[in-house]
Amino acid sequence: MIKLHVNGAVRSVDAEPDTPLLWVIRDNLGMTGTKYGCGIAQCGACSVMIDGVVTRSCVTPVEAVAGKAITTIEAIEKDPVGARVVEAWVRHQVPQCGYCQSGQVMAATSLIKATAHPSDADIDAAMVNLCRCGTYTTIRAAVHDLAGAKPGTQGGAA
Amino acid sequence: MNAPFGEEALPVGEPVNISRRRFLLTSAGAAAGAFVLGFGLPVGPARAAAGDGAPAVVPGTRVPAFLEIRPDGMIRLQSPFVEGGQGIFTAMAQLVGEELDADPATFTVENAPTGADYKVMPPGRRGTGGSASVRTSHLVMRRLGAIARAMLLTAAAQRLAVPVGELTTEPGHVVHAASSRRLAYGDLAAAAMDVPAPAPDSVKLKDKAAFRWIGKPVARIDVRAKSTGKAVYAIDAHVDGMLHAAVQHAPRLGLEPGAIRNEAAIAAMKGVHSVHRLPGAVAVVAERFWHARRAVEAAEVEWQEPADRSAMRYMPADFSTAAYAAQLAAATGPGDTHETAGDVAHALEGAASTISATYQSQFLNHAQLEPPSTLARFNPDGTLDIWAPNQSPDGFLGDIAQRTGLAQDRIRLHSMILGGFFGRHFKYNTANPYPQAIALAKATGRPVKVIWTREEEFLRDTLRPMAVVQFRAGLDAAGYPVAIEAISACEGPSEGIANKRGEKLDAAAVEGVAGKQYAIPNRRIAQRYVKTPVTLGYWRSVGHSMNNFFYECFLDEIALKGGKDPYDLRLHLLEGNQRLTTLLKAVAELSGGWKSGPFVAPDGSRRARGVAMSSPFGSETAAIAEVSIEAGEVRVHDIWQAIDPGSIVNPAIVAAQVMGASALGLSQVLVEAAVYRDGVPVARNFDGYAVLRPGRMARVHTRIVESGEKIGGIGEPGLPAVPPAVANAVARLTGTPMRTMPLVPPTAAT
Ligand code: FES
Ligand code: FES
Repeated sequence: MIKLHVNGAVRSVDAEPDTPLLWVIRDNLGMTGTKYGCGIAQCGACSVMIDGVVTRSCVTPVEAVAGKAITTIEAIEKDPVGARVVEAWVRHQVPQCGYCQSGQVMAATSLIKATAHPSDADIDAAMVNLCRCGTYTTIRAAVHDLAGAKPGTQGGAA
Repeated sequence: MNAPFGEEALPVGEPVNISRRRFLLTSAGAAAGAFVLGFGLPVGPARAAAGDGAPAVVPGTRVPAFLEIRPDGMIRLQSPFVEGGQGIFTAMAQLVGEELDADPATFTVENAPTGADYKVMPPGRRGTGGSASVRTSHLVMRRLGAIARAMLLTAAAQRLAVPVGELTTEPGHVVHAASSRRLAYGDLAAAAMDVPAPAPDSVKLKDKAAFRWIGKPVARIDVRAKSTGKAVYAIDAHVDGMLHAAVQHAPRLGLEPGAIRNEAAIAAMKGVHSVHRLPGAVAVVAERFWHARRAVEAAEVEWQEPADRSAMRYMPADFSTAAYAAQLAAATGPGDTHETAGDVAHALEGAASTISATYQSQFLNHAQLEPPSTLARFNPDGTLDIWAPNQSPDGFLGDIAQRTGLAQDRIRLHSMILGGFFGRHFKYNTANPYPQAIALAKATGRPVKVIWTREEEFLRDTLRPMAVVQFRAGLDAAGYPVAIEAISACEGPSEGIANKRGEKLDAAAVEGVAGKQYAIPNRRIAQRYVKTPVTLGYWRSVGHSMNNFFYECFLDEIALKGGKDPYDLRLHLLEGNQRLTTLLKAVAELSGGWKSGPFVAPDGSRRARGVAMSSPFGSETAAIAEVSIEAGEVRVHDIWQAIDPGSIVNPAIVAAQVMGASALGLSQVLVEAAVYRDGVPVARNFDGYAVLRPGRMARVHTRIVESGEKIGGIGEPGLPAVPPAVANAVARLTGTPMRTMPLVPPTAAT
């Protein structure tokens, strides 16, 4: 049994130490807001926060996060920054199919937690998850809004 | 797109059986524990099964099959069309809410179960594709709202003991102005259920001028759930006692599993429940998906060649996309004519000058972000529940019935919202996981959820076709085109799905080189059918996705040859076509006035612009792209796009769809290609298969032009003009025509 701190609660899970955190969250804990897209750290759909830092759970062995604070999308609104990000996502009407958006919200929350007023370069570096629906421009506008700045070199459909 | 829904039209007089149980089960996700009162069911069995002479269902008319108004005023709507990102649930809430007089924000929308009620596309079909949902059903869905409103008014008149003519409505309420009384819909719903429904033709629809929600940028009803991880997709489906399954597909289509050399060892792996041989695949069922996946990937399967390949789509071990492209380019002969006007041969002979060029496209994966999955459960009473992503519920239902031998009314198909689709979730013979889920649930006696890993998905995905198009054009002495011929060597998507040629040429193979609106008097558009072993499918904007690139880029070559500006030439060829002239001028204006360049931008970079138009799915589009080349890579700075869908339901969703479609168009023209070598795809995941990443997204500026013409599609039309606008800009900048996707710009031109 491995003890995990998930969304403020302690959960014991029966999983081999090398099991990816993603599948522990989805199958053992039954929380399906965290998505599987590629399994090889390419898409970001599986992003969660570990001690406040965005992490791709599909390549994170569960043993590596024992004792650390895991935040999944299910608890995002309990985080003050996360709640602001969700509001920005709603305000900007970001999601289309929505499948990538748990991960996008995680990435944005982690960014704003680390850097309250990110520059364009900060945003470029942090917001790298795939969106096949092509919501990149809207994501960028929402992050700019959170950062308290106008869209710069990218983003903002006319 | 040509009716790809693969389902039967509604037979006249088909008996209808929607049970209350089915209704509640279907919506259990949203309604679990809710006190259901109000419209709800049943209606069907009571009347339709009443014996001889029971009227057949007229799709889209029976209010209780679609709507439930709860005591708190919240409204549940069953949508005939599946939500997969395109915003159709919101559009449905706007259409129904407009006539019902209920705020779309009070709606919860779900994918409707199967059944005749929901076959609202004339002449009795149902499917989500071809950008057809709103344009085929907007009047039916509005009328449904109007019928429901009439029933609420009648119930209110009875309750208040006043003539119905004295009543009006305000959002969510019936109002009797004379006595200042108001009744909430939620309080009337139960009584309204007992009111006889008015004849569908007797209700009057609102005047456009009175619209409160249609045509307005109403907020999407699903964004909060999708921003907080609460939206439930097929891959998230869960039932008690469920097992998980992972598969290993045959490396090449047509091979079948023989011995599994280490079968005993994988059966003994942690968590494994059982090991199975399925058609073209091996599966491992386990208590957890990770256990299933780890075990199935360890399986050493002896794949066996099929005894008889004649009737199947078989992938040979020596197939490569490079060789297929060469085969397409080498194809000769006149081809089969799809569109013709005037006399091309004669006009070419008499032309002052001629030009010819050969263009090529690539195979493409759908790469929707949610990998396919299906959950199947056989119930103790012999019925089957199945949760599956799909774009045509009744088509899937028919196939499931056939595979299981169950009567259709013994099967409940739960159509889940889709984590992207772009054409991925039609009924494709070898590309859907539901047959595997059914087989495994049957074999294990437990509910089983099959998930295809990304690797297994890219091995069985249906691809957007590859084509090689040979163009010839003749110009008159003034430099204007008088003749154009396009012969496309390809296998069309419908031909690929059927695995044979139909009686008629596959229109989806040539749409986009055919159906262009430029006034070139002599035209011939033809196809040379060249079969491929690759499985083919419909991909966002289907044939237009590649054909419009070919045509619009060649048109720029014609312009260059004739000494014309590409924008001016298009305007000239559209003379007298008011709708497209307006549209082309609109996009030019949106971009700050047409200029092709090359020019130097304020940041010092050398840039150029390209223009292109398209006529997909009943809508018209025009796009301008501005590009530069940085370190040998095309950088697209801005895309301006004007779209004329005739009239619209939600401008915010239109803009979002144009943006998303533009991204997919950029992805196609800049980075994407599905490549095969030695009979297998080279890339099996996003590490090898490139899709557009945020760093290469362009700014997208959209202008909606409502000409008032017949309403057209929205989900796909924003795509086809983008690749050629980009390619034409790159050609302008580099002086080299771009004839292949993805673009390979000449490095020397930076
Ligand atoms: S599923 Fe983890 S990055 Fe794609
Ligand atoms: S919203 Fe569909 S993948 Fe991003």
